[in-house]
Amino acid sequence: MSGSVLYDAPGPRARRIDRTLNIVFSLVLVAAAAGAAWAMQQRGVFDDRWEVLWDPPLGQTAGDVWTSLGKGLGRTLLAAAIAAPIAAMLGGALAILRAGARRRLVATSATVLTELARGLPVLLLMFFAKLVLGWSPLWSVVFGLVVYNTAVIAEILRAGIAALPRGQREAGLSIGLSRMRTTLIIELPQAVRIMLPALVSQLVVLLKDSSLGYIVAYEELLRTIKLNRDFFGDRYTIPMFVVGAGIYIAINLALSRLATYTERRLREGGGGRGLKPPEIGPTGPIPQSGVGGPAREEGASAGDPVFGAGRRPESHPVPQRRPGETEEERRRRAYYGDPTSQSIRHNTGGDPGGGI
Amino acid sequence: METFIEEFGTIGGAFLATLTLAAISGALSLVWGTVLAAFRVSPVGPLRTVGTLYVEIVRNTPLTLMFFFWVFVAPSLGIIAPIGFRIAVISLTLYTSAFVCEAVRSGINSVGIGQAEAARSIGFTFGQTLTQIVLPQAWRSAIPPLISVLIALVKNTSVAAGFAYAEMVAISQRLTNRNPVDGLFIFFGIGAMYLVITIPLGILAQRLERSMGFAR
Repeated sequence: MSGSVLYDAPGPRARRIDRTLNIVFSLVLVAAAAGAAWAMQQRGVFDDRWEVLWDPPLGQTAGDVWTSLGKGLGRTLLAAAIAAPIAAMLGGALAILRAGARRRLVATSATVLTELARGLPVLLLMFFAKLVLGWSPLWSVVFGLVVYNTAVIAEILRAGIAALPRGQREAGLSIGLSRMRTTLIIELPQAVRIMLPALVSQLVVLLKDSSLGYIVAYEELLRTIKLNRDFFGDRYTIPMFVVGAGIYIAINLALSRLATYTERRLREGGGGRGLKPPEIGPTGPIPQSGVGGPAREEGASAGDPVFGAGRRPESHPVPQRRPGETEEERRRRAYYGDPTSQSIRHNTGGDPGGGI
Repeated sequence: METFIEEFGTIGGAFLATLTLAAISGALSLVWGTVLAAFRVSPVGPLRTVGTLYVEIVRNTPLTLMFFFWVFVAPSLGIIAPIGFRIAVISLTLYTSAFVCEAVRSGINSVGIGQAEAARSIGFTFGQTLTQIVLPQAWRSAIPPLISVLIALVKNTSVAAGFAYAEMVAISQRLTNRNPVDGLFIFFGIGAMYLVITIPLGILAQRLERSMGFAR
């Protein structure tokens, strides 16, 4: 594994051990997979039950099955498509209030609102809309998604605004803009830009949370799967489940890729303005929660197996702390580039990487 | 209001049920997540592949799907777990451990390479480097994100309501169906009980993060 803290470049002996371990563990894994497959075969997992996907029983056609699945997927996407823009707008508004309101009271209540909405389970919010407000399943789902994601988006944007160089706000104020207008036309656009990866990852969380509709009787993808299974019988559970899980994984992986891609573009200065997204850090801008859970531990690229395995692009490796440098200076360097390579030399204590 | 007071025993029981579920699956997923993280940073290729696959699949599927698997699909594979508490623990553990794994792994990656190099250069063995130099530092930066994961877990226990475990959301639903008039109070009460758990944890995470940010 490249660049790990844990081990040195391997010598001949280590390489030998490595190779042995690799072979041994590969064999063990292959054996385990084969064992599992055999057990499934014994239980008839690979028999004709898969025909439900192209030649279903009970007088149905394959078209019927796939149409119903398509409708389920459509309803999942519908809930997400209604909730996401609303949450984005409300979240933006909350972030603006928090950063730009002149009155302490307004800013504080925006903060409190965010905290409250973030601390509640999405399912509770959905049940609230359904049972207390008496809304339809679709709108209950949308309500839960909107309330929670509004709070998260507000928090992401706040983190983005906080990560901007302070000069941005000072410049806005010094040319006579009000605080609100400074936030609105100077800070927020930049915050959205640098937090784009986090915002896209939040879409994954939103889409995953829409599956809670299963519990509040909204006929989204998962419930459609369940209905199909109930209709065709227990025997057909596995093919149905595999299709459903496949759809979820495909969509969410595509979105995660998109997040990684935007992040890489931003880091490599694709748009040209040279603002680097803040390191979202191991915690993320916020303690993330919700059924989605944390979608990004070290930026959107966290754990992406193909595009980076959570590594930064080679052109921007995570800077290590240099001798004589405080942690804060290291971070600053991580965000804003290396001051020593620019015309203004900061006093970072000697040669980069050199000893004291 | 009345229902909330009259049924306080039930609600208190549900609160404990939520806490128990969160505590047990939290502890288990810390263990399993750390093992997965060890897989993902290990020098053995196949283990890394397994860890990565697991984390990617679990992170990109909804928790509801995980419950669905154990309730409806696993029996056809011959794995029958009793529905209710045990299925909730299994699903939450398997789901949360993927996020625990990522938190621990990013903690390990946050330790400067120089630390391990320094340890090796003064002759520490791999084990010593790991246990005395890298892991203590990795833990420090992994704790705030781990707390976030636990907060998410507390809220995620609510999904068990859809799969026959009587925790707080299930109880709120039951009580509201019985006394629709008091719905508002019941939901506010239950919401407050979640906040009692999640907000202090959030504040703790923030504090820890702030105090650790500049310590290294």
